[in-house]
Amino acid sequence: MEILMSVVVGILFMVGTYLILTKSLLRIILGTGIISHGVHLLLLTMAGLKTGAPPLLGENAALYTDPLPQALILTAIVISFGVTGFFFVLAYRAYKELGTDDMDKLRGNDHE
Amino acid sequence: MAWLQLAILSPFLLAIFVPFLYKYVRQIHTGWFVLILPLVLFTYLVQFLPTVSRGESIQHTIEWIPSLGINFTAYVDGLGLLFGLLITGIGSLVVLYSIYYLSKEKEALNSFYVYLLMFMGAMLGVVLSDNLMVLYVFWELTSLASFLLIAYWYQREKSRYGAQKSMLITVFGGFAMFAGFILLFLMTGTYSIREIITQVATISTHELFIPAMLLILLGAFTKSAQFPFHIWLPDAMEAPTPVSAYLHSATMVKAGIYLVARLSPIFAGQAEWFWLVAGFGIVTLFWGSFSAVKQTDLKSILAFSTISQLGLIMCLLGLGSAAVHFGYDKETALYTTAVLAAVFHLINHATFKGALFMVVGIVDHETGTRDIRKLGGLMSLMPITFTLAIIGTFSMAGLPPFNGFLSKELFFTGVLNASQLNLFEMQTWGMLFPVLAWVASVFTFIYSMVLVFKTFTGKYQPEKLDKKPHEAPIGMLIPPIILASLVVIFGIFPNLLSYSLIEPAMASIIPSVLGPEQQFYVNIYHWHGLTTELYMTIGVIALGTILYLSLSKWSGIYNWFPKKLALNHFYDHGLISMERVANKITRFHMTGLIRDYLVYIFAFLIIVIGGGLFTLNAFTFDSSTTAPIGIYEVILALIMVVAAVAVPFAQSRITAILSVGIVGFMLAMFFVVFRAPDLALTQLIVETVSVALFLLCFYHLPKLKKEISPVPFRATNFMISLGVGLVMMLVAFSAIGNRLFTPISEYFLEASYTEAGGRNVVNVILVDFRGFDTMLEGLVLGIAALGVYSLIKLRLARREDLENQ
Repeated sequence: MEILMSVVVGILFMVGTYLILTKSLLRIILGTGIISHGVHLLLLTMAGLKTGAPPLLGENAALYTDPLPQALILTAIVISFGVTGFFFVLAYRAYKELGTDDMDKLRGNDHE
Repeated sequence: MAWLQLAILSPFLLAIFVPFLYKYVRQIHTGWFVLILPLVLFTYLVQFLPTVSRGESIQHTIEWIPSLGINFTAYVDGLGLLFGLLITGIGSLVVLYSIYYLSKEKEALNSFYVYLLMFMGAMLGVVLSDNLMVLYVFWELTSLASFLLIAYWYQREKSRYGAQKSMLITVFGGFAMFAGFILLFLMTGTYSIREIITQVATISTHELFIPAMLLILLGAFTKSAQFPFHIWLPDAMEAPTPVSAYLHSATMVKAGIYLVARLSPIFAGQAEWFWLVAGFGIVTLFWGSFSAVKQTDLKSILAFSTISQLGLIMCLLGLGSAAVHFGYDKETALYTTAVLAAVFHLINHATFKGALFMVVGIVDHETGTRDIRKLGGLMSLMPITFTLAIIGTFSMAGLPPFNGFLSKELFFTGVLNASQLNLFEMQTWGMLFPVLAWVASVFTFIYSMVLVFKTFTGKYQPEKLDKKPHEAPIGMLIPPIILASLVVIFGIFPNLLSYSLIEPAMASIIPSVLGPEQQFYVNIYHWHGLTTELYMTIGVIALGTILYLSLSKWSGIYNWFPKKLALNHFYDHGLISMERVANKITRFHMTGLIRDYLVYIFAFLIIVIGGGLFTLNAFTFDSSTTAPIGIYEVILALIMVVAAVAVPFAQSRITAILSVGIVGFMLAMFFVVFRAPDLALTQLIVETVSVALFLLCFYHLPKLKKEISPVPFRATNFMISLGVGLVMMLVAFSAIGNRLFTPISEYFLEASYTEAGGRNVVNVILVDFRGFDTMLEGLVLGIAALGVYSLIKLRLARREDLENQ
């Protein structure tokens, strides 16, 4: 299972990187979104995907899944949501102000 | 604090008060206040003479950075005292001269005397420090003070050029020297020169010994304007003449000489040291004297003359180092002559070169030009200056009865003795030294004659001069008169200083030659019989006179020398092309395109992590501990991969946004399958909000030309992203098989209810066990919200536009 998940993570990283290397600002943000999905999945996978009960003690199960990476991912999701949201509004404002989302055009003067 | 340290630092302390004296005591020339200090220091140093001439030394230590072995140790021995007296003595004369040279009304005297005092203190620190690091600090301070003084008239472009050039070259050498000092420290474990000398026997075979020697010599050669680093000195002549007289003839350029002499006890006796010091010295001597003849500016002649004379002293120090090989016996006396000549000429050069610079300054001051093509016939107008010039130049040319004659004779003795050395392959190359030395002396004779006769005799050309020439004021004449009298006195009574200064200085340079309780015995004769040296001098005068008289016939040979091979050409073009290449490199990789930078970053990641994985053989593939694959997961994974891969191929932005949304929702489904209910909830909400936000904003965006377009395929981008994906995958594979220890989560599962009273372990971790993370995560969200709000609400640029309208 972990092997399969690692392959999926690899593909997510590949697609994300490819999008980040494109010209369109929106696609770059989408790329970062895909990469953060990949990271979250990777975190979960690396903790081991041994099936057990969800980490709710009321289940009274013999075996629970690891709660620590879940806590870490929860934090990461919220932070990446905040950052993505901010990026997105930044891109939106840049688009409105400068009239382009082409990264090749969004560069300083040579003499600056 | 001991008096000695206070003496070294006193110029810096006085420099603090100079601007106040300049500002509040306007009616008195600031130089008068400054003059007192070098005089006091000179008398203070003179009282060490009896102690030092007994062969003793004085040492005082103040702790500065004791944990690093860096202490401010002042050390006075023969060599240090000789330099100390030169610095303070000529310093007093130069300050006196500058009082008359620089106008009280027109010049910024406050900065001049601050820089000059800074230089004086730094120079005293260089020659009286025993600690290499302290010496280095003062060494760089002399470079800095020299830089400031050369660019004293900073509104002139040539001054700035000269200052920059001297700074680049001397600081380059200074850094090399610094590295050499550190190598010495690595070998010996101490920065104290005294202590290093006691360890000479053990370090001379060390592998760092030769690199240390080369680096230190680089520092000494750049500072002392040795070939090919001499090019900064002629350009430094843009400084006011008192500065040229003080820094660029008598003191700073001798710092390199001092360093070579000071470290001779460590390095002397090595063939490399002998050849480098003597070889560079003799080449500099020849090249300097040869180049001096073609100059038309008086100060340039003196600059090249200084270069050549410094080469002479350096050469003698190199030749003298051979004496260390023999120990003290009758035979050594032959080779110690070279060291004697070096010390003696050091003093002589300081006297006559100082006087000559002041004379040239007077000529410049009274006529308005230093160009020998415009000057001539000043003899009857400026008789005293003329007399001084005659004494200075004849001494420089090596004519009796002046002191230059004696040191030149000793120099010839030194090179002749050295040519008979049966050491360091001198049998084959030894004859080069007397020949080059003799030819250089001929050129020295020629430029000395040019200097005095083209200026003071010949046709008087008042129409070419800016001012009507007349004799200088007496205050300006006193310093050169004192120096010229010294030239004559040392010429007639050469043994005046031999016991008190020259012998102790020699003992500091080559101490190992002396046995215990022994001292050098120096006696300099005017007449020592019909020796080879005397015939050589007669030959110099004869050929020199002929060549001087026929100068106009053969001076054309200087035009043969191709301009492209000139060292200044190399320097200038070196600087320009360095700048150009650096600019090209920057322009090549700093394109301003964010994609290029990302390519570098990703490529670096692939090379470092991927390469590291393979070179360290870290890649493992172990599926023994993994969980079995279920059908749900395979289906979810397939959907996720398809949705992700579809994003780059999406024709419109809406499709792309929705595809990313699908990936996010699949992730939420994975969280469900992998038993993470809180994650699944959060992911669902976050993804929904994100997609909504994306769609909302792009609904409101203005339509642009290329609104709908697929991402054009680019092979490099594809390769790089493939690399990143593969590397991440391989890292994940390797990590799966390598579980080093059991996770700590057992504790959370056990303690969640007993310690924190919660059954949802994930939530307990978030708010209880690791609540700090959650608090800061909340802060991040708050900041992001504020950022979004201000991005939308704040319109500073537009408000400005409105105000401008």
